[in-house]
Amino acid sequence: MRSGNAASILFGTPENFSEGRLDMFPIVHKRQLSEAVFEMGVEAPAVARKAKAGQFFMLRVAEGGERIPLTFSDWSAEEGWIRFIFMRVGKTTHQLSHLEAGDALADVVGPLGVPTHTEGLGRVAVVGGGVGAAVAYPVARAMAESGAQVTVILGARNADLIILEDEFRALPLRELIVVTDDGSAGEKGLVTAPLKRLCEAGEIDASMAMGPAIMMKFCAATTREFDVPCTVSLNPIMVDGTGMCGACRVTVGGETKFGCVDGPDFDGHAVDFEELMSRQRVYTDLERESDAEYSKECSCHL
Amino acid sequence: MSPVEGASPRRKPSRAPRTPMPERDPVARAQDFSEVSLGYSEEQARAEADRCLQCAKPTCIDGCPVNIDIKSFIGRIIEGEYAQGVAVIKERNALPAVCGRVCPQEEQCEASCVLARKGEPVAIGRLERFLGDLDLACDLEERCRPAVGEDSGFRVAVVGSGPAGLACAGELRRYGHAVTVFESLHAPGGVLSYGIPEFRLPKSIVASEIEMLTVMGVTIQTDAVIGATYTLDELLTEQGFDAVFIGNGAGLPLFLGIPGENLNGVYSANEFLTRVNLMRAYEFPRADTPVWRGRKVAVVGGGNVAMDAARTAKRLGAEEVFLVYRRTEAEMPARREEVHHAREEGIEFMMLCSPQEIVGHDGWVTGMVATRMELGEPDESGRRAPVCVVGSEFTIDCDTVIVALGTRANPLLAKATPDLELTRRGYIVADEDGATSKPGVFAGGDIVTGSATVILAMGAGKRAARAIDRWLRDRE
Ligand SMILES: Cc1cc2nc3c(=O)[nH]c(=O)nc-3n(C[C@H](O)[C@H](O)[C@H](O)COP(=O)(O)OP(=O)(O)OC[C@H]3O[C@@H](n4cnc5c(N)ncnc54)[C@H](O)[C@@H]3O)c2cc1C
Ligand SMILES: Cc1cc2nc3c(=O)[nH]c(=O)nc-3n(C[C@H](O)[C@H](O)[C@H](O)COP(=O)(O)OP(=O)(O)OC[C@H]3O[C@@H](n4cnc5c(N)ncnc54)[C@H](O)[C@@H]3O)c2cc1C
Ligand code: SF4
Ligand code: SF4
Ligand code: FES
Repeated sequence: MRSGNAASILFGTPENFSEGRLDMFPIVHKRQLSEAVFEMGVEAPAVARKAKAGQFFMLRVAEGGERIPLTFSDWSAEEGWIRFIFMRVGKTTHQLSHLEAGDALADVVGPLGVPTHTEGLGRVAVVGGGVGAAVAYPVARAMAESGAQVTVILGARNADLIILEDEFRALPLRELIVVTDDGSAGEKGLVTAPLKRLCEAGEIDASMAMGPAIMMKFCAATTREFDVPCTVSLNPIMVDGTGMCGACRVTVGGETKFGCVDGPDFDGHAVDFEELMSRQRVYTDLERESDAEYSKECSCHL
Repeated sequence: MSPVEGASPRRKPSRAPRTPMPERDPVARAQDFSEVSLGYSEEQARAEADRCLQCAKPTCIDGCPVNIDIKSFIGRIIEGEYAQGVAVIKERNALPAVCGRVCPQEEQCEASCVLARKGEPVAIGRLERFLGDLDLACDLEERCRPAVGEDSGFRVAVVGSGPAGLACAGELRRYGHAVTVFESLHAPGGVLSYGIPEFRLPKSIVASEIEMLTVMGVTIQTDAVIGATYTLDELLTEQGFDAVFIGNGAGLPLFLGIPGENLNGVYSANEFLTRVNLMRAYEFPRADTPVWRGRKVAVVGGGNVAMDAARTAKRLGAEEVFLVYRRTEAEMPARREEVHHAREEGIEFMMLCSPQEIVGHDGWVTGMVATRMELGEPDESGRRAPVCVVGSEFTIDCDTVIVALGTRANPLLAKATPDLELTRRGYIVADEDGATSKPGVFAGGDIVTGSATVILAMGAGKRAARAIDRWLRDRE
């Protein structure tokens, strides 16, 4: 629980953050995966006990901070920790990247969202683009564990940005296909090329895509041609993550859905990706201003 | 303590008119988020209290949903015994500084005051606020602290820390039960924290009132979504609670369902107010959460929420704020005082207008198409239903639209609790005392009644606490 002083409950300041609150969420692990991508582990037993593949949580780094959603990349119910992988894109993820094991987060809330459907699948392709690989990892693992034949396609701009390759290799997959834009690892090209091959060869019954909206859009388009279902894990802007604000609304099959409680998984063939991408840009200018201020303060000149 | 009798019967009540509330100048106050109403000074409070007749049959008390002994607390103000006055209120209401500010007094206690017949009831709400603020101005040790009952050995979980949950938790402590309040957000208070703006209800007031509950031994666990982090059944089994009270509010925002509603620049009032209040976007970039500051803002709706959204938009720097409502001002459900304040601050009222479409360019809102309405025959609610005037379409030029149509039950908890009986609209079915279809599970506040008021939610929380106490002791 938040300790006695109610002023700090509602208005905690960075000062009482540094004093350390009793109920904070200690960081127990941190690893840099590429220039802007980090893996972090946090002690959050209540959340870890319930986490399922495809679900996410909301975090606040410190008092006064933004609530941002991140997906579980791993967890241990027994040991009480969760792991996640994030890309440094703006102020909050920038601040997060400066924290180390031994520091703590102000808030971790979850697990949120509907778990990904991973049971009873036949032959599936799981596509993870960029940090989307982090989301894809527990999903591919759960699918493989429940007996599906899983082909994973990992894509990134270049070899340095391919993450979790070893972890994927350790899973009982049918195949792991690595793709980079510049050919510095695996095949040269986009993730849609191997996805199309699999569809053409009739080697998959279903697919799932996780990554930037534009990549999910093209994966959906590729599979639609072959009538192969394509589930996508959407990432609209969120505030509460519990269905109370509607910031996360997305149009699926002409209907408005709330990404946080109805999703994040939706039928990729029915999603209005143009709207999603437009809505993701609402705060771009403001966020840049906020991160620029922060970069000045922390003078790490990124 | 039992309330003391009224003030001396031989006194002569003052016949002065109602003491006005000191307020900040509309132009100045519409620039910032500081409080609009300043509260009575001691002198003003004494003058207002002096108007009370100290009736032998104080009708005002029946008008208060939690039956505060109004006559008695006003009597204490007349005599200058403020601390005793606070204690009288706290017998019934744990959050006087909050209710004194946001209760629709004009429809409740003040409407039932004998002086209301002549149009000038005693300003009961303002006097309640006066005492509430006086109490909060004291050091924590000196504040009025309701007595906590002897440890009963029972543990009760409360879901949601809005007025219903907080009132229930406070009351349960008085019966001696151990209480943990689970709140899904990172801060407690419910609508008091995320919805009602700072300029109407300062968050420091909410925090201090909640602080007293923690001093009384209520544990508040934030970041806990019941239905996700723990299920209701887990609370009753592995988490070891003997009973549960659900006060999770009605937080699901309604949208218009018209084209263009997902354009950038369209907000639900919930999102807009949450960003600004809970996340403090008005301090951006000092606080990290941004909000889009429109120059021309259309707010759709006519309730308190619409007023709050419109006044907030103004304070964020909007040049023009339009309030777009389907009926006329007379039908607006918002409190008169709020409507008056909004007008003073320059909100433009567009009555008898119904939005048809939100139009945009490049993904952003550029306007809202609306039609003019006329009032037709009275509908089942007795209000005259608005009907479209054919061919009256026109476009309101705006870059932001805030939809304040009200809220419904959030299905998250109910979905995870299949054996909880719900109404057709998803509200929890509960009896007078809050008992639900699930043994040991009680509910109250907006999740049972639909969006209502702070004091009704508190009343429901208190009644449920009493029922929970009885249920626990009977079971023994
Ligand atoms: C369900 C879900 C799961 C996600 N999982 C991951 C993950 O596992 N790893 C990862 O790196 N990223 C993930 N994201 C995206 C991540 O939340 C954003 O990158 C993060 O919020 C950026 O915050 P910032 O302050 O650093 O950047 P900002 O400068 O605030 O924003 C950069 C961009 O991030 C997006 N964004 C900003 N705020 C939010 C917000 N509150 N909610 C959602 N998106 C936002 C916007 O598109 C924005 O333009 C997920 C998003 C969602 C909705
Ligand atoms: C903008 C606005 C202005 C208003 N103005 C007034 C006014 O002036 N006067 C007045 O009397 N009334 C007003 N109201 C109405 C009043 O605020 C509500 O009727 C009252 O707050 C209802 O109280 P509650 O405790 O039932 O729910 P809420 O105040 O909604 O509190 C519910 C709490 O439960 C939490 N919660 C929800 N789901 C879960 C879950 N699954 N697990 C854990 N926690 C959960 C929520 O986060 C929230 O904190 C206003 C409402 C709004 C939105
Ligand atoms: S709680 Fe509300 S209704 Fe009751 S006396 Fe106070 S202001 Fe009036
Ligand atoms: S009814 Fe009015 S005048 Fe009479 S006791 Fe109540 S507040 Fe005073
Ligand atoms: S994030 Fe608020 S409703 Fe989904």
